[in-house]
Amino acid sequence: MTELLITGARLSGTPGDVLIRGGTIVEIGRVDAPAGIERLDADGLDLLPGFVDLHTHLREPGREDAETIASGSAAAAVGGFTAVLAMANTDPPTDTAEAAELILDRGRAVGIVEVIPVGAVTKALAGQELAELGLMARSRARVRLFSDDGHCVQDARVMRRALEYLKPFGGVISQHAQDSNLAGPAACCHEGETSGRLGLPGWPGAAESVIVARDVQLARHTASRVHIAHVSTAESVEIIRWAKAKGIAVTAEVTPHHLALGTELVAGYDPTFKVNPPLRPTTDQESLRAALADGTIDAVATDHAPHARHDKEHTFEAAAFGMLGLETAFSVVHDLMVTSGRMTMTDLVHRMSVNPARIAGLDEHGRGLDVGAPANLVLVDPARRVTVDRAASWSLSRNNPWHGMSFTGAVHTTILRGRPTAHDRKVIHA
Amino acid sequence: MRKHLVSSADLTRADIESILATAASMHDVQRREVKKLPTLRGRTIINFFFEDSTRTRSSFEIAGKWMSADTINLSAKGSSTSKGESLRDSVQTINAMAVDALVIRHNQSGACQQVAGWVDASVINAGDGTHEHPTQALLDAYTLRSRLGDLDGKHVVIVGDLTHSRVFRSNVLTLTTLGARVTVVAPPTLMPAGIASWAERDGFATGWDLDAVLAGDDIPDAVMMLRVQRERMSGGFFPTPREYTVGYGLTRPRVEALRARKDGVLIMHPGPMNRGLEISADAAESPNSVILDQVSSGLAVRMAVLYHLLAGEETAA
Repeated sequence: MTELLITGARLSGTPGDVLIRGGTIVEIGRVDAPAGIERLDADGLDLLPGFVDLHTHLREPGREDAETIASGSAAAAVGGFTAVLAMANTDPPTDTAEAAELILDRGRAVGIVEVIPVGAVTKALAGQELAELGLMARSRARVRLFSDDGHCVQDARVMRRALEYLKPFGGVISQHAQDSNLAGPAACCHEGETSGRLGLPGWPGAAESVIVARDVQLARHTASRVHIAHVSTAESVEIIRWAKAKGIAVTAEVTPHHLALGTELVAGYDPTFKVNPPLRPTTDQESLRAALADGTIDAVATDHAPHARHDKEHTFEAAAFGMLGLETAFSVVHDLMVTSGRMTMTDLVHRMSVNPARIAGLDEHGRGLDVGAPANLVLVDPARRVTVDRAASWSLSRNNPWHGMSFTGAVHTTILRGRPTAHDRKVIHA
Repeated sequence: MRKHLVSSADLTRADIESILATAASMHDVQRREVKKLPTLRGRTIINFFFEDSTRTRSSFEIAGKWMSADTINLSAKGSSTSKGESLRDSVQTINAMAVDALVIRHNQSGACQQVAGWVDASVINAGDGTHEHPTQALLDAYTLRSRLGDLDGKHVVIVGDLTHSRVFRSNVLTLTTLGARVTVVAPPTLMPAGIASWAERDGFATGWDLDAVLAGDDIPDAVMMLRVQRERMSGGFFPTPREYTVGYGLTRPRVEALRARKDGVLIMHPGPMNRGLEISADAAESPNSVILDQVSSGLAVRMAVLYHLLAGEETAA
């Protein structure tokens, strides 16, 4: 049985050792382990539960030129993640139990991060008929998070039925909130002065918040759970805050890029900064940061969206939506929210591990550092300064909006079921 | 001046005045019997048009030929999806042929700016989506100055589909740089997003009521009517053409009222016109109309732009 002793790590602030055996934490505190045991010197590092990403696009099956389950897993592992939820908008989409199990199995074959499939809400993500939600939930993949992400479930009646139907198995719908009629088919950047000047079709903030408002009402009406994916506007935050105060079962996530990057970045028409929902103005960013700090927004999710170069090197309007996020999420969020003093490291753990694991129904992740808990962990160095180099990415794609930027806080080592999967940006295969 | 002309924001007042001065001498060439200058002999200019155009393309083509450049026209269908050849591949293929200038028209905003980052050639924006059309603004400034003289303090009213107008976006930059006061008028549905803060920042005025603007204390020296882009009108921006004309068309009564206030008021339109919609036939053909002057100015201005970008520092005016 493999054993690992992590020595001198900060555990919720105080230094201690952690002994892991057979993928489980077996001893915490001052551990007198026999010589010869594998040791990991973690002096000056924080030991945290491994990060969980509620929103990852791995592109396999269908677009293996942009990302594969293997390359995306590598990016996740070096980013400190022990579990990622793989969005359903692959080709074919994850809208059956068989498709979900395929992704689960391929993720396990790679074996460096737990890859959990997200199931489609509707067949072929078309927004018309319910996908086999129950069969996906009963499958080996135990799907609990459902989403048509990339598309909003536009039809209120379909959304209502889906919310009702998945109650018996504790499912939740992660809604990509975008009223497609209001936003319009060509919407590609935030509607405001920048879009006006650039002559780009705008994506108004209201196209998000009207769906958020509708869906919290549907969650209330059905007494079911809804999760709002990649919240991007102050108005959506206000609605979520109101709904939580009313006791409605709504949770929400925000991406590192909506927290840190503003709409003015599109002024040069660089499609690297084209993302859906679009980068918003400073006032929205500020609301999102406040909401993440006060817990109105439960989780950080990356919306890691790799794209091949030839899908990005078009005009801004024609280029694909999306940007990379797995490898940089911790550094960005730590720098922006913790180094700045807006959140504690404990808050970060809740937003990046505990809460997303709870939302996705993952028992093995986002657990406290307790004896008997699964050893899905990450060691981070809160003082280390990192500069992002897109060429050094484990992703197959290079649509990295963080290139050249520097952040305080780095992932040191990621541990999945007691085994290091990444160390100092290098992937460790079994 | 820079290597490229992708936005009217690239041009300082001195740049514009220098181009317009060159354009005046080019205009003289236009009136000669033999319209040929050796200035750009041995230079290759490709007019790469991803969107249909008659007047702009022929204007650039003739401008290049009169200056002895080798000009080639290429048409490509602008990709509307991310399938097929990427924009970068399309232009790098052309760039690999060692051309000196790429004159680009594209149906999507920002295309010229992106291309300028990928190629060695000078890039001239001949209209990109709903973004800009810098040579149109220069020829409009040329036309205005030839009638009104210095534009400092002159009042130009721009009316119509501002949301989808690259002519508006370039004109407001160029005209305000030259010291003109600009008022833009449109129904709220055809005002670009964020126009209020934008207008404040850039120093121009906006209005929804055309008659109020035309009758305002600041008497217009010129009124520029924009084409109502029917092909882009999928969103129901106004109820009917009839209603649009009543609110925003340059009708005979409006022209008469304007002339009563200022006899020499100029009527402009970048073309092609929707007669009877945004401009009445008699407005277009009235003695105040300079619409055909705009077309002939276009040639001189494009010759001047090619000269400034391609003829080299030592020969620059």
